[in-house]
Amino acid sequence: MSELSSRDIIAKRVAKELCDYDVVNLGVGIPTLVTEYLGDKKIYLQTENGLLGMGPAPINPKDINPDLVDAGKSPVTRIPGASLFHSADSFAMIRGGHIDVAVLGTLQIDVHGEIANWAVPNQPILGVGGAMDLVAGAKKLIVAANLFAKDGSSKLIKELTFESSGQRKADLLVTEYAAFTFDAKGIHIVDIYNGMSYEELCERIGLPLLLDVIIQ
Amino acid sequence: MNKEISINQLHEHIRDDMTILVGGFGATGSPLTILDEVAQFNIQGLTIVSNNLGENGQGLHKVFVKGQIKKAVGSFFTINKEAVQAWSNGELEIELIPQGTLAEAIRCGGAGIGGFYTKTAVGTALAKNKEHREIKGQQYIFEESITGDVALIRAHKADRLGNLIYHETARNFNPMMATAADVVIVEVDEIVEVGELNPETIVTPSVYIDYIVQTAYTKEGDAYVRAE
Repeated sequence: MSELSSRDIIAKRVAKELCDYDVVNLGVGIPTLVTEYLGDKKIYLQTENGLLGMGPAPINPKDINPDLVDAGKSPVTRIPGASLFHSADSFAMIRGGHIDVAVLGTLQIDVHGEIANWAVPNQPILGVGGAMDLVAGAKKLIVAANLFAKDGSSKLIKELTFESSGQRKADLLVTEYAAFTFDAKGIHIVDIYNGMSYEELCERIGLPLLLDVIIQ
Repeated sequence: MNKEISINQLHEHIRDDMTILVGGFGATGSPLTILDEVAQFNIQGLTIVSNNLGENGQGLHKVFVKGQIKKAVGSFFTINKEAVQAWSNGELEIELIPQGTLAEAIRCGGAGIGGFYTKTAVGTALAKNKEHREIKGQQYIFEESITGDVALIRAHKADRLGNLIYHETARNFNPMMATAADVVIVEVDEIVEVGELNPETIVTPSVYIDYIVQTAYTKEGDAYVRAE
């Protein structure tokens, strides 16, 4: 496992959560890497600009088409069984609870699982895209992010200091060292890996953590 | 009936201070030929409703750099550095709306619905000063519908009556915008005779469309290129 970068460790762990025929929306960044670790699992990727059944980027140059792009505006392909629709239908699908899993990145997440993933601090707030719709509407919300920022500070914090993405809480937080869930009792560690110990995790995060997993 | 017009007739429909709905997600599904023409006009004070302000220097970006836009309503402007700068300088108003709320507001606008309650953005900075209401135990905010004076949209094929079909993900905001403005002008790859489109595949019925313009763009690799 040490061969993998932290981004890949996160993506691989998220992939374990997905089941055959799940309808999944992957946010930009680490979430898009999840497709590399799906193995034989057959999932249907939804992209909010109007496609259910998104395939990988085209390999053959003649398959590149500027009319067929993902939410990051990069060329993609369709898989058999795909469907195309307009933006209002796409967000009815998202907001209406028809997407099984949304996997999103975040800048911060609080002790209850509320996330801040759209407004970069100290910069004008001029972009939100589909983030808030996905937070509000997906059946299951998985947050995939590095636990520690570049300065070593924990993204898992007591209270958000950046702008919230909505009241709905994450169902699962997957990081490079552990996976967490949230409930009234507190923050639960449901998986721990990548050479991290419970004690070190508690110390670096600086918040009470409940250990729900047996460490080998 | 033949709704096809020449691009030279476009100026008859675009005036100062109008609210214009513009289709597209980046350049994909954006009426690039029409926007090239609009950028040539001596007009100002436009309010533009579109997901973002163009991409890679194309489409709405050209209209924006000509100083024609007073206000932009959309979901994602961060990637357009010039727009961010203009906003910082107080030269451009921006109204930021979540992408799904934007799509639904336009859909409502075209459907005769004044607004709707959504759970998107509840508890965030974008819900400030909005009416909150509890429905079936959940918090929602009220969002008003959006309409325009003109909609400039993009489709793949039109018949001369204005029935439209789209191509791949170039559909995006276009079908809603087709319903939500007083005058709707569509740019297409191909114009066919009435009866040639299979009614089962028509996405936008002809009733919504006023004028049809032939595109001047072709696709090369991952880009749209103007064929002169």
